[in-house]
Amino acid sequence: MTTSLRTPYDGIVMAAPVTIPYVRYSIDSAQWWIGRALSALVAQAGIKVSDIDGLCVSSFTLGPDSGIGLTQHFGLCVRWLDTIPLGGASAIAALRKAARAVQARDADIVACVAGDTNHVDSFRLTLENFSRFNQDAVYPYGAGGANSSFALIARNYMRAFGVTRADVGRIAVAQRANALRNPHALMKTPLSIEQYLAARPISDPIHLFDCVMPCAGAEAFLVMRDETAASLGLPAARLLSTIERHNAFADDPMQVRGGWAMDIGELYAMAGVKPDDLDIVQTYDDYPVITMMQFEDLGFCGKGEGAEFVRQHDLTIDGDFPHNTSGGQLSVGQAGAAGAYLGLVEGLRQVLGTAGPTQVRDADLCLASGFGMINYDRGLASGAAIFAGTSR
Amino acid sequence: MIDPIEPPRRKNPLLRTRLPTSPPRARSRTSHGFTRAAAEGRFMLQRCEGCGAFTYPAREACPCCLSDALAFVDAPPRGLLLAETTAHVPSDVYFRERAPWRIGLVKMDCGPTIVAHLHGDCVEGAPVRMSFQLDKSGQAVTFARPEGETPNMADDKQWREMTADPRFRRVLVTNGRSAIGREAALALKVAGAKTVFVGIAEPWRPFAGEKLLQGQDGIELVSLDAADEKSTRNLAADIGGKVDILVNTTEYVRPGGLLDREGTSIARDEVDQAYLGFINLAQAFGPIMRMRGADGINNSVAWVNILSVYALANWPAFGAYSASQAACLSLSHCLRAELRPGGIKMMNVFTGPVDTEWFQTVPPPKVAPRAIGQAVVSGLKGGLEEMYVGDVAEEIRQRLAANPKALERELDR
Amino acid sequence: MQGKALQGKALLELAGAIASDAVRVIDLSFTLSPDFPVIVLPPEFGQAAPVRIQEISRYDARGPAWYWNNVTFGEHTGTHFDAPIHWFTGKDLANNAVDTMPPKDMIAPACVIDCSAQAAQDPDFLLTMPIVEAWETRHGRIPSRHWVLLRTDWSKKGWRDYSSLRDDGAHTPGPDAAVMKWLVEERGIIGFGTETIGTDAGQAGHFEPPYPAHHFLHGAGRYGLQCLCNLDQLPATGAVIIASPLKIQNGSGSPLRVIALVSST
Repeated sequence: MTTSLRTPYDGIVMAAPVTIPYVRYSIDSAQWWIGRALSALVAQAGIKVSDIDGLCVSSFTLGPDSGIGLTQHFGLCVRWLDTIPLGGASAIAALRKAARAVQARDADIVACVAGDTNHVDSFRLTLENFSRFNQDAVYPYGAGGANSSFALIARNYMRAFGVTRADVGRIAVAQRANALRNPHALMKTPLSIEQYLAARPISDPIHLFDCVMPCAGAEAFLVMRDETAASLGLPAARLLSTIERHNAFADDPMQVRGGWAMDIGELYAMAGVKPDDLDIVQTYDDYPVITMMQFEDLGFCGKGEGAEFVRQHDLTIDGDFPHNTSGGQLSVGQAGAAGAYLGLVEGLRQVLGTAGPTQVRDADLCLASGFGMINYDRGLASGAAIFAGTSR
Repeated sequence: MIDPIEPPRRKNPLLRTRLPTSPPRARSRTSHGFTRAAAEGRFMLQRCEGCGAFTYPAREACPCCLSDALAFVDAPPRGLLLAETTAHVPSDVYFRERAPWRIGLVKMDCGPTIVAHLHGDCVEGAPVRMSFQLDKSGQAVTFARPEGETPNMADDKQWREMTADPRFRRVLVTNGRSAIGREAALALKVAGAKTVFVGIAEPWRPFAGEKLLQGQDGIELVSLDAADEKSTRNLAADIGGKVDILVNTTEYVRPGGLLDREGTSIARDEVDQAYLGFINLAQAFGPIMRMRGADGINNSVAWVNILSVYALANWPAFGAYSASQAACLSLSHCLRAELRPGGIKMMNVFTGPVDTEWFQTVPPPKVAPRAIGQAVVSGLKGGLEEMYVGDVAEEIRQRLAANPKALERELDR
Repeated sequence: MQGKALQGKALLELAGAIASDAVRVIDLSFTLSPDFPVIVLPPEFGQAAPVRIQEISRYDARGPAWYWNNVTFGEHTGTHFDAPIHWFTGKDLANNAVDTMPPKDMIAPACVIDCSAQAAQDPDFLLTMPIVEAWETRHGRIPSRHWVLLRTDWSKKGWRDYSSLRDDGAHTPGPDAAVMKWLVEERGIIGFGTETIGTDAGQAGHFEPPYPAHHFLHGAGRYGLQCLCNLDQLPATGAVIIASPLKIQNGSGSPLRVIALVSST
C-alpha cells in the first residue's frame, strides 16, 4: 500500500506562544495550570475566550478530567475538541490535528494547551499508572521508571555505536549554557562536562544530569488560518510540514532509532527544505542520548554518527547548530505533558523573534520534534514539525 | 560471582526491626496467567493459536495476526541478555531500600523481548535461563539466571527476594508425630536450617521416630498441640519471633464419608486438628511472621501447608477428611492474603495418599513421607506457591483442569 | 449412725468444723486442662475429645469488662466419674446415668488402700485379694457403701510416666478381676477410685473378664473415680468423699471436682 500524497498546510499558522513559568512542586492542580495557560493565550492574542472554538489538551495529572470537563470548567464553548495522551509526542500531534481542523474550517481558532502539576507524590503515581504493559511488565522491575527503561536503550545504543558518556554529555552541557539565559529555567547554575561525568548514577548509564527534573508548568499556542491571524493582527508562524509515527520498527530487538527515520524524507519534502536550511532545532530531550538519536533520525547525520555530530557542532544559542535554546527539559524542567510543548513553543518564539534572552539571531526556520510513551521497552510515539517565521 | 551469605549474627536489640514493604503490585487480569505459571514454577508465555507467535507482555490480541486465541503455554526459557541496567534510586520504597537493583532486557529465543530481574551472575550478551517467580508482593515477575550453575547461586540478593531458602533460617514443623513431619524436619535440617523446632502434641504419648528426632543436632522438640489455643499461644510466646518458616504438617486422616459414619465426633476431631489447628497457628504465629518479613538474612519468608490433593476434589472414601482439607485450602488463601503485606509466601504442597497406616488399603502409587519433606525444601528454594507431590496428586490436578465433573464421578468408586 | 435421725445440730457442727479446720477439705482433683493426658484407645475407635478451652473474651474488644471461655471435653477427661451406663454390663440398670443416679450416692466414706510402695516397683502392679485381706486385718472390714480408693502415688508422676504408654499399651496399676468381683459382691462397695487413667489397670484388656473394674462395678450399679490425686493425704479410713458429677443428660460420666472431708485429729 503506497501512502497517498498529503495535502499541504497552506495558510495554516501558529501564534501566541505561551509558557507559564515552571515550579519544582506545586500545590495547585493541573486544571489551575491549564487555566493560567488559556488565560495567557487570550491575553497575548487579544481575543475573547469565546473566540476559541477549538481546544486540544494534554496532561497526565488531570485526574478523572479530559478535554470535555475542561470546557465547562473554563467556560469554553468549542466546536472541536481533542484530548491527546501521547506524552512527549503530544505537541506535534496536537498541532497536526488542530492544523487540519482549521484547514477544513471545522474550527477557526484552536487552543493547543498542555499542563501538569507536580505534587510531591504525583511523579511516582504517574509512573505506577503509566500504561498496562508498563504496569504488568516494567514497573515491578526495580520501579526505576523511564530512567531504567531508557538506561537499557542508552546502554545498548552507546555500546552498539561506540558512544561515550562524554559525547552524550555535550548535549546536556550545551543546554545548561542555554538555560542560564532563560530566566524561567529551573536549573540556574552552570554545568561543566566534568560535573556531568562525575554525577551520581541513577540507572547505569543514566546519571543525574541525564535526567529531567519533574516539575509543574504549562505551555500553549494557537492554531488558525493566516487570514484569521491577519484579522487579529497576530504575528504567526507558518506550518510547513509535519510527521507522526507510532510503534515503528517493532522488529528491532532494542530501540536504536525512532519513528522519524521512517518519515524523514516526507518531512523535508513537504516543507521544501533540507536539514541544512534549518536555523534552529528543538528536539525532545527527555534524555540526551535520545536527542543524539534524533540528530541521526532527523537527518542531520547518519545512524551511528550522532556522537561525531555533537563533537563537531556547537549546540548553544550562539553556536553553529542552535539546539533546545530554552535549555530544554534537561535544564528548564519537565512539566509533564507540557514537556512535549516546550521545544515547539520555544521554536515558535524564536521564529517570531520574541524569544528574548534566548533569541537566536535571524532564526526563521525551525524543526521541533516530539517523542514519547515508553509503553514497554521503547518509546512508541514520534513526530516532528517544520515551521517558518514571518520573514520567510 | 555471588558472595555466600553469612550466618546471621544476633540482632542488635537497639535497632528497630526493618518493616516489610512490597514491590509494585498492580497487574492486569490477563497478566495473572504468569502468576499461575510462577505459582507452579513453570515458564509459560502466551502463544497465538492462530499464527503460533509467542508474545509478551500479556495481551488480549496477537500483535502478528490479531487473533484473540492467546493461550498460556509452556515456553522455552532460554534467551539472550541484550542490555542491563542498575537502578540506584528507584521511586518505590521497596526497591529504593534494596537498591542498587539490577534489571535487563532479554531477547527470548522464542521471540519476545522481556524486561527481567537479573541474577548477579548474568552477563550482557550471554544466554540466560528465564523463569517466573513470585516477588514480595506475591505477583509474578520474570527472573533471568545464568544458563549454568554458578557458585553460591542461591545466595544472590535479588534471587533471595523471590525465594524462601531454609538455609540459616529457623523453621517450625508443627507436627512431628507424623512421618511427614519427621521427614520434613530432617529434610529442612539437611537443607541448612539453623534450627528446626518440631511440635509434639501430647508429649506423654510416645511416637515412632521420637528417638531419631531427639538425637538430631539443631532439631528441637517443642510442646505444641495446634488444636489447643493455649498450647499454640504459649509456643508462639516462646519462639514466635524466631520462626522464619512455618511448615504446617497437621495430619489427621480418618476414612469415611457421611453416611457410613455415625455422628460428628470424628468430624469434630478432623475440624479440631486440621481447621481449628490452622486457625490457632495462624493467629499465634501469623502476625509476628508478617511483621518480620524484612528482618535480615533470616527474615520470615514462608508458610507451608501439607494438604491432601483431595482438598481440590472430594474423594468419598475419605470424604469428610477431604472436606477438612478443602476447608484448610480455603483458609490458606485467606492467610496468603493476610500475610502478603509481610511478603510471606504461602506454599501449599498437595499430596496423594501417603504411605502411612491410614491409607494402608489404598493401592499404590502412594507418596513416601520423605518425598514430601524433599518437596517442601525444593519448593521453598524455588519460591513456589503450589506443588503437587507424587503421581496421584499430579493426575488429580490434570483431571480437575480437564473436566471437574468427570473427576467427581470417577472419584466415586 | 446409719438409719438413725441426725441430731439437729450435727450438720451445723460439720460446717463449723470445716470452717475451723477441725475437718479438713482435701481436693482430690487435677486441674481440668488441655495438657492432661486422656485415655488412649486404638485410633480406629472413637476418641475422648480432649479438653479445649477457647477464650470468648478477656476484657477486650470481644467483651470489654469480662473474661470467659468456651470449654469442651469428653465425659471421661481429667479427674472424672464413671456411671454404670458407661459399661455394657450396667446398660440396663435403672438410674444408671449421671443425671439419674441418686444424689445421695455422691457422698460416701472411703477406705484407702496404700499400695504406693508396690506400684513404685512395678507399673503393672495389681491389687489382689491377699492385699485387701491384709488391709482388713489391719483396718477392719470394708463397710458396704464405702469407696475403695487405691493409692499408688501415680498422680505424682510426670505426664509421660503417668500415662506410661509402651507399644503394647499402657502399663499402670489397677485391680485384678477376683478382687474387683469380691469388693463388689462381698463388700458392697459404692465405688472404686484410682489415681491412674481408668479404674482398671493399663493392661486390663487382657484380663478375664476384660476391664474387670468396669465390668463388675458398673454391672452392679456402682461407680468409678479416676485420675484422683492427693490420696496420700487421706487416712486409711474415716474420710468422706464428695463426688458429684455434672448433671449431663444420659451422661456416662463427667469431669468433676472430688473433695474429701478428713478429720484433723
